Amino acid sequence: MKKEMWAIFGGSLLLYVVIVLLIAVGPAIDLARTPPGPGVKPLTPLEEEGRQVFASDGCDYCHTLQVRPLPEDKVFGRPSAPGDFAYATPEMLGSERTGPDLTDVGNRRGEVWQYMHLYDPRAVSPGSIMPNFKFMFHEVKAVPAGVAAVPLPPAFAPKNGDKVIPTQRAEALVAFLMSLKQPAIPGYAMNGGMGGQAVASAPAAAPAASAAGGYAYDAAKGKTGFDTTCAACHQANGEGVPTAFPPLKGNAAVGDDDPTTQLDTILHGRQGTVIGGVKYSGVMPPFAGQLNDEDIANIANYERSSWGNHAKPVTPAEVAKLRAAGK
Amino acid sequence: MAVTVQDLSRTGPTPIRGEQDDHELSSIFKAYTVSATFWLIFGTAVGLLLAFKFGAPDFWAGKYLTFGRLRPIHTNDVFYGWASIALVGTAYYVTVRSCGTKLYSTALAWAGLWLFNIAAIAGTIALDLGYNWGDLEYREWPWPIRLVFLAALIVTVWNILATIARRESQDIYLSNWYIVGGLLWTCIICLVAVLPWYQYGLGQVTISGYFMHNAVGMWFTPLALGLFYYAIPKVLNRPIYSYALGVLAFWTNLVFYPMLGAHHFLFSPLPWWLQTTAIICSVGMLVPVLGGGANYLLTMRGRYHGRIESYPLAFLFVGVLCYVFGSMQGTVEALRSLQAIWHFTSFTVGHSHFTMYGFVTFAAWGGIYALLPLATGKRPGQLGMAVHFWLATTGVAIYVISLSIGGTIQGLDWVHGKPFIQSVVDMEPYYLWRGVGGILMFLSHLVFVWNVWRMTAGKPGDAPSPIMQSEEAGA
Ligand code: HEC
Ligand code: HEC
Repeated sequence: MKKEMWAIFGGSLLLYVVIVLLIAVGPAIDLARTPPGPGVKPLTPLEEEGRQVFASDGCDYCHTLQVRPLPEDKVFGRPSAPGDFAYATPEMLGSERTGPDLTDVGNRRGEVWQYMHLYDPRAVSPGSIMPNFKFMFHEVKAVPAGVAAVPLPPAFAPKNGDKVIPTQRAEALVAFLMSLKQPAIPGYAMNGGMGGQAVASAPAAAPAASAAGGYAYDAAKGKTGFDTTCAACHQANGEGVPTAFPPLKGNAAVGDDDPTTQLDTILHGRQGTVIGGVKYSGVMPPFAGQLNDEDIANIANYERSSWGNHAKPVTPAEVAKLRAAGK
Repeated sequence: MAVTVQDLSRTGPTPIRGEQDDHELSSIFKAYTVSATFWLIFGTAVGLLLAFKFGAPDFWAGKYLTFGRLRPIHTNDVFYGWASIALVGTAYYVTVRSCGTKLYSTALAWAGLWLFNIAAIAGTIALDLGYNWGDLEYREWPWPIRLVFLAALIVTVWNILATIARRESQDIYLSNWYIVGGLLWTCIICLVAVLPWYQYGLGQVTISGYFMHNAVGMWFTPLALGLFYYAIPKVLNRPIYSYALGVLAFWTNLVFYPMLGAHHFLFSPLPWWLQTTAIICSVGMLVPVLGGGANYLLTMRGRYHGRIESYPLAFLFVGVLCYVFGSMQGTVEALRSLQAIWHFTSFTVGHSHFTMYGFVTFAAWGGIYALLPLATGKRPGQLGMAVHFWLATTGVAIYVISLSIGGTIQGLDWVHGKPFIQSVVDMEPYYLWRGVGGILMFLSHLVFVWNVWRMTAGKPGDAPSPIMQSEEAGA
């Protein structure tokens, strides 16, 4: 009777431990070693202190610190790459966006704005439901030398005419918020920003339809398809994001008259290959389940004819063949 | 008085009479329930204040009452204070009774209760003082406090295993599989979450994805399911529909559930294979969920009218339904195309209340109403249970529906590229309705306090025996 007890409880415990090692601890050990991306630097002591404030006052419950490769996330910056998190411990990717993502907020908002906003979010952002953080400020009669008071619209300033100055807590927090800038990567134009979105630079005229088995390349569909599904990572200008997402402009696979590599990658995804001498840290997701053969042919042809690329067009039949070959 | 599976399949888990014979067990069950009830009231009072702050962000905005400090206090207290303590209390009762024996050690059970409470009190204070371990969901308590919680688990599993080893029967009733499984797995979960060596950058993100979901599905789910397997047949006075289906659900849950955590990080920079495995396992979860759900519902077959007279059964019934539908909702949410809309919206908050409240909390209530009167010999009032049931059910329905609709609108606003503040403004009415639901839920908890009082120290009420007449007798 002891035997059954050991079989059930011991067996289920052992099975669980094996699963946990395989899907949690193992990958974690591996991923903890992800090297920092270019321009990703450790925080200064003051910024680090601000990060602690961010955690202890729970900003993370309303704000995320991760940008997904989805069109709707473009306003927050480029998609986050693994190397971005090398120094982000404890991780604060977050799970809810009651407020906007803050990954790149340092590039969007200035220091003074941050102080005003923390003191009273409604002073700068009507309709906001973010709590005020007045407890991070002192209200004083006279501003000490060398300290800048927070400028506030009269309706939001203390009624008794006191001036508002930040505490150490607020200074550290704002230093951290100002450090939240996705590293500027040379050759990469940020197309996010809360303001307008930079319009994707339209490529030079696409070649005329190359008829093949009743299929005619639809340049407009190719461009829309690319801009909505691929540009988040490869960028509308085809230049990618250095070390994270490879450029398709001048790319060997895209320029190759044999489309196997290009189509196979789009259909089945890819990760960790060396492209033009560089190993990219991002993931290329598979699109076979999402796009039909014609969509893929249009997108592939758009890539093959844009940004100075000139390669032989592909047909949906070729896509279908590789799709059937599967992986 | 050996109880074997053969007996169980004939008569249900245990004999009906003579349940007040074990005073030690009864006082332990009482103490766990009372202590859990305290955390329920405290944790949900904080929750209500949080809901209010969505409409009045400047209300009580001081350092110790700021939104970001109270939110983890709410989640951790209802998790580790209310649901954990309540379910461990019922687990003790279920194990001892289904093994037809005495508890191995009363002292260990009391020690466990102290440890659970010390952890919850220290955790609450730490979070309010701003000692938050990086906003990592459900493991915000500083690590020494989480070790106290782990100690409570170890004490409990030791006690329960030793009790099972004492049983006279050959077989181990299914409830105990789930209870012991839940306790053992959760020890591993707590350990993995505390060890520091791989918790850097993306490595820690992996652990967060693993932890937040396993802490729910490998802890609360098995404990609540174990309770279902005992309480439902007990109340209905008939055996569980299929023992084998229960066994199948046990193993499939064990294989699929642990892997689905990363679905909280779809589209994050975690490796694509990890995200995909999570999606596949979320779909695989349909096997244990539908298997388990069908088993409970088939056990109740033909006795649905009984739900109206028997409130313990009504609570258990809602718990089963929310288990099935809440889990299926989780599966659907995990699909990439839908995640793109719902992820990061209030929809997720609706989902977690659907499951943690509609399923886990209703299961705990059903279990307490079904079993505590047997232990103490004191029943609550029928009206008290009715008011509790209808307030809580209406409240959680309003809560979940409003956040599901609101969350969808919020997500679509983002997809349509509206300015962010639009999504904040559009959520206002839904936040308000969420608050209305929350008020009803909280009121129901006050009624629950009254009912617990009558089942323990106070004057007993008029409710009929939680155990329904068996068909033979009824026919
Ligand atoms: C209850 C949820 C909530 C909490 C907690 C919260 N915020 Fe916000 N936050 C919002 C909302 C909603 C907005 C959008 C409206 C606005 O700009 O105020 C916002 C906007 C912001 C912005 C401007 C972002 C942009 O792109 O313009 C910053 C910066 C910010 N919050 C920082 C913080 C910090 C720092 C904390 C913690 C001290 C914090 N928030 C806590 C809800 C919250
Ligand atoms: C989540 C970001 C992401 C998205 C979205 C994405 N890609 Fe990629 N793509 C990558 C990464 C990362 C690689 C490099 C894979 C590797 O390292 O093996 C890549 C590689 C490629 C390659 C192969 C380049 C080579 O030289 O081998 C092609 C072609 C390509 N992508 C086309 C597309 C197309 C077309 C789409 C839209 C349907 C798309 N990608 C969407 C991230 C992305």
